Amino acid sequence: MNKSVYDSPETTAVSRRHILTVLVDNEPGVLARVIGMFSGRGYNIESLNVAEVSNDEHLSRITIVTEGTSEVVSQIEKQLLRIVPVHSVSNLDEEGSSVEAEVALVNIDLNDSNKKKIYEVCDFYRARRIENENNYVIFEIAGASERINRFIKDVNQITKIEIVRSGPVAISTHKNTKEE
Amino acid sequence: MTGAEIVLQSLVDQGVEVVFGYPGGAVLPIYDTLFKQNSIKHVLVRQEGGAIHAAEGYARSTGKVGVVLVTSGPGATNVVTGLTDAMMDSIPIVCITGQVPQHLIGSDAFQECDTTGITRPCTKHNYLVKDPNKLSPVFHEAFTIAKDGRPGPVLIDIPKDVQFAKGNYTQKEKIIIPSHRLFEPEIFKNDEKINEVVNLISKAKKPIFYIGGGCINSGPKASELVSQFVETTGAPATMTLMGLGVLGSSHSNSLGMLGMHGMYEANMAMHECDLLINIGARFDDRVTGRLDAFSPNSKKIHIDIDESNINKTIKVDVPVVGDVTSILKRVIKVWKENNLKTNQSDLKLWWDKINNWKKIDCLHFTNNEKEIKPQYAIQRLYELTKDKKTFITTEVGQHQMWAAQYYKFEKPNRWLTSGGLGTMGYGFPAAIGAQVANPDALVIDVAGDASILMNIQEMSTAVQYRLPVKIFILNNEYMGMVRQWQELLHGGRYSESYTDSLPDFVKLAESYKAIGLRAKKPKELDGVINEMINTDKTVIADIWVSKEENCFPMIQSGSAHNEMVLSKDQKQDKLSAEKGKILV
Repeated sequence: MNKSVYDSPETTAVSRRHILTVLVDNEPGVLARVIGMFSGRGYNIESLNVAEVSNDEHLSRITIVTEGTSEVVSQIEKQLLRIVPVHSVSNLDEEGSSVEAEVALVNIDLNDSNKKKIYEVCDFYRARRIENENNYVIFEIAGASERINRFIKDVNQITKIEIVRSGPVAISTHKNTKEE
Repeated sequence: MTGAEIVLQSLVDQGVEVVFGYPGGAVLPIYDTLFKQNSIKHVLVRQEGGAIHAAEGYARSTGKVGVVLVTSGPGATNVVTGLTDAMMDSIPIVCITGQVPQHLIGSDAFQECDTTGITRPCTKHNYLVKDPNKLSPVFHEAFTIAKDGRPGPVLIDIPKDVQFAKGNYTQKEKIIIPSHRLFEPEIFKNDEKINEVVNLISKAKKPIFYIGGGCINSGPKASELVSQFVETTGAPATMTLMGLGVLGSSHSNSLGMLGMHGMYEANMAMHECDLLINIGARFDDRVTGRLDAFSPNSKKIHIDIDESNINKTIKVDVPVVGDVTSILKRVIKVWKENNLKTNQSDLKLWWDKINNWKKIDCLHFTNNEKEIKPQYAIQRLYELTKDKKTFITTEVGQHQMWAAQYYKFEKPNRWLTSGGLGTMGYGFPAAIGAQVANPDALVIDVAGDASILMNIQEMSTAVQYRLPVKIFILNNEYMGMVRQWQELLHGGRYSESYTDSLPDFVKLAESYKAIGLRAKKPKELDGVINEMINTDKTVIADIWVSKEENCFPMIQSGSAHNEMVLSKDQKQDKLSAEKGKILV
């Protein structure tokens, strides 16, 4: 569906998940410009991740997971490129070969009766134990979002948990000549 | 140098001659510096909203960047409408706002607001400058960004302490702007596209050019090239509201304006064409009407400097991203090199069809001797001013559409109207800006009685600077376009669209020491217009027109190009009307 006030021709395009990676000048307000474009034009952000990736040039990389038809996502890319501090935008799904990973920290309500089971699950998913205080154990799990989803589902069946997730970051696996 | 001195020096370096502004606490250091110099003229408006529209009028009538200077808080929020207007219509503006001193930012200080936050979506780019050494690089970048690629407004927010602080000035020439911050034409590989463009045009049986404001923004050369190419091909051409003047109205290939209140023949031709060549327009919803019935059988070429306009609402076959002037130069070159020609017999059939549509005479109206028809008023205004260097600005509403339909524009940059945002109150301050830029020209704001009241305070500005701006009010005591929509779509219930208690515009003019004139009957009209033109002062001409005249032809919301309504008696079909009601 496009953004006109008028009826648009029926489209059968499929809406699916896309990962966009946006290289920007790390200057004040740049994140607000990017997310403001999404909210202002009615696009959706499923997750968002931002950090500086090169200190000397003050560049940050923003990874955005969004959902839409290829037309909508292509419009998002072009709107992002209009933002002055944006260097480049890549749609990693379209390039095909990319690796994505996410980190989650999980606070698990641990007791004698569920301990053994939970440790088994954590071992299976290679979740790392990083803290143990007052009977609470924090686990860190990194990897594909799908795997983290399954891990959370499995632990959730055993006990109550609290989760924080970074949202995926992703990188293209071949040399990207478009950038810089 | 102090920050304030750096600001002024940057403006001088950028060739700025005029600043439109209004002082206040957070810009006093800049106003103090302004007081001590002679190279920049300041025009004091009566409300900040007037300043930015004046800067827009200045920019549109000259092609230069318009500059605005206002204070923090309400000063900044009052320019938001104008910034959005400039954003929508691609007008180059640099707006300087004062900000509370840095140590007060975030404390809800007096006249503090988050200016960069508020204006982020309505500027091309904005800055909060915290270091006086960065002022000049920011200014020089801001001017470049405002003009570069698709033009637009840029805002610079300067805390008061930065205006006082000492810093270094960097000259314009020493600033290097990284390429990613500007429009990069070289990344678009257009050569192949241009071959496609010329091939499609040479093979088309029913081509039409659809010309937009991008041709005006690209500079006067663009209008020449577009006219030249249209002539070479012999194809018909229609213009958007923003594009009026690119091709002269009297040009034999011109079909006039298209869209909601465009010409019947232009819209019919858009609907029936087999090739649509969009140059610098953006398929605005006022132009396309119903999208699923928009130009259904055509291949579409789209030349636009803003890539995000490509396939935004209308899917096109051949997109070409770039500046009209440079693209058209290449198109014409390739056309000539390949010795291409359009098929004259096909074109003749096409023109025959178009000439048949023209016979409908869609702008026909029934004149009468008792009351002045608004269309007649514009016709007479045109006839009596066409031989002068005339600039027409408008407010927004019926009068705007009548001006677009009945005033004939022969040159670019002479028609200043708020198209994208549709800002009532735009026309009068814009006329002030255009008059400042063109002191010898005749500048007329075609206004409605409701719109003019939105920025009437600028009378004071016009009189102070002895600007002989003419306000030509088509007075029907209604918000005419609102009333028309209520008549057509809401059963004639004129909810709040009657402007009661209007001022006596003649006395209002006189109270500002300007000239007030009035025409009530058709026979008085020419006399009033002539007197208005020949008076070297600010004039309000209050023209009493038929109260319930509608603006036709019209594509009602929800309808397609070939479903134009030519008069009141013709009804839109029920289904479209129901659908159309919810649209704007």
